[in-house]
Amino acid sequence: MASITLSNLVKAYGDTEVLHHIEGGIKDGEFIVIVGPSGCGKSTLLRMVAGLETVTSGEISIGDRVVNSLEPADRDIAMVFQNYALYPHMSVRQNMAYGLKIRKLPQADIDRRVDEAAEILEISEYLDRKPRQLSGGQRQRVAMGRAIVREPSVFLFDEPLSNLDAKLRVQMRLEIRKLQKRLGVTSIYVTHDQVEAMTLGDRLMVLNGGYVEQFGTPIELYDRPASVFVAGFIGSPAMNFLPVEVSSSGVLLPTGDMLSGSHSHNGTALLGVRPEHLVPDDNGLIGIDVDMVEQLGANTLLHGTLSGTENPMVASVTGHVTTESGTQHRFSVASEMLHLFDSETSKRLDS
Amino acid sequence: MIENRPYLAILSHIILVLGVAIVALPIWITFVAATHDEVRMLQAPIPMLPGGHFWENFKQTLFGSGLSGTQSTPVWRMLLNSMAMALMISGGKIAISLISAFAIVYFKFPFRMGFFWMIFITLMLPVEVRILPTFEVVASLGMLNSYLGLSVPLIASATATFMFRQVFLTIPDEMLESARIDGAGPMRFFWDILIPLSRTNIAALFVILFIYGWNQYLWPLLITTDTDMTTIVMSIKQMLEAAEQSPQWNIIMMTALLAMIPPVFVVVAMQKLFVQGLTETDK
Repeated sequence: MASITLSNLVKAYGDTEVLHHIEGGIKDGEFIVIVGPSGCGKSTLLRMVAGLETVTSGEISIGDRVVNSLEPADRDIAMVFQNYALYPHMSVRQNMAYGLKIRKLPQADIDRRVDEAAEILEISEYLDRKPRQLSGGQRQRVAMGRAIVREPSVFLFDEPLSNLDAKLRVQMRLEIRKLQKRLGVTSIYVTHDQVEAMTLGDRLMVLNGGYVEQFGTPIELYDRPASVFVAGFIGSPAMNFLPVEVSSSGVLLPTGDMLSGSHSHNGTALLGVRPEHLVPDDNGLIGIDVDMVEQLGANTLLHGTLSGTENPMVASVTGHVTTESGTQHRFSVASEMLHLFDSETSKRLDS
Repeated sequence: MIENRPYLAILSHIILVLGVAIVALPIWITFVAATHDEVRMLQAPIPMLPGGHFWENFKQTLFGSGLSGTQSTPVWRMLLNSMAMALMISGGKIAISLISAFAIVYFKFPFRMGFFWMIFITLMLPVEVRILPTFEVVASLGMLNSYLGLSVPLIASATATFMFRQVFLTIPDEMLESARIDGAGPMRFFWDILIPLSRTNIAALFVILFIYGWNQYLWPLLITTDTDMTTIVMSIKQMLEAAEQSPQWNIIMMTALLAMIPPVFVVVAMQKLFVQGLTETDK
């Protein structure tokens, strides 16, 4: 068990800086998800914590040790890789025991730990098989088992579910979460999937282009996104954005309509509205010319443009809605559901 | 085949049988020649059916002095020499190229690619090209007429290094990273992960290199003067020229037959691994 501190962490390849001054504190037993689009540096950050990438500057501490120059094996961590990285020529038992064997644990201890981990993960009956005789989900469990037997103070997951099919992914997601709660081991989990991030993490670190956009609980990220990027990344379907003029009397939409409410900001801004916060209302101020409908069963997505403009809009409506392409639907939105962002810095404007 | 065309099937079988016959005929003649006595082999139509002198020739060749009327080394000694040379060459080549490929793929050191290309360039320098300087070096080291002299100059192998490099490059990086997290040092990784993962490639290469070593002719001819160090491949040629009378085909063919056995045995024994090593891509 350990806390992790990242302070002023920088990674550069030659002159190209890929991670810029990352700061973050992770509490003991916390489940942190690092999420961002591909190429944002999230895997690099994880691999720096693991010790597989060198640190250009700054400090990583696990517990109260600075681990910058420690070998991965000495950092008291375990990692689950995207392709599992099981040794193909070893049986499941040997795979799980390999690290313990190198650490010269007594054979009885190794057997006990492997058997316990196998029990937890329900893979006891596969212990003598080779990885290639297992299905994707079973391999995933073995990779987890290999991490568990080490009894590390930190688990690192590098997109461990991305090679599984959708159904198995949901199931394994829950299992990882339960397992982490049960073992209480501090974990860092990297993914590009925002649903996975929202459901797994105690807190999320949203990375974009090597910068931390926001670091907070899933609900904080959803309710008060710190930037346009976070607002667009978290939540599905993505948030709608409209260029607006803000004045003391309210928000002026590009259509010329005014959403009343008081705002401290004046001038141009970007308005964000989540599709699920658009409420059908025949007298609503927001009109959408629908050109495509997606029926999801529980709700319906109406895609179109803001009436009279080219601005794309999506609304998510509960239940079934059938409509002709080209019809206009009107919506209203509660003023506390509006998000305003600075049109230059893309940062949140607090009202 | 989905089509059922009997004439095509017959034709393809005729072609296959012809092909087998063309390959097998010389071997059959070798076998037949080894079963007759000396006189019969010199008469005009050479026999196509086995005679009754097989065991006699076998004993004379393997344990006796070979050609009758000479004092040459018995063939079992030559088989031993050839075996030692072939094993030292194939074993040495595999060991050295595994280690050099390991260094080139997994370690960062100055001029890494430079070294790789230097090794690669030696492909252009087979023993025939560097025969004089190599002989000079071996002679100065006092390795003439020794197993070391027979094998060491042939051991460095760019082909095998290159092949193992390709094999190592197909092993995912995560395997190394995972081993590092497990606490395996470089040599531990080499023994526990790399060697088992390249097992089939090592076997395939062993087969090829064993035959390469076994068939060496020019180099052994050059550095062995002691008849006790003669290898079997060079002895066949020497037997043809040794006697001043007409060649004793029965003994020579028996020697050739014996010379074929070890390579055939190696190929048959390692066939499964050999095919896997050349074809499998899944790591």
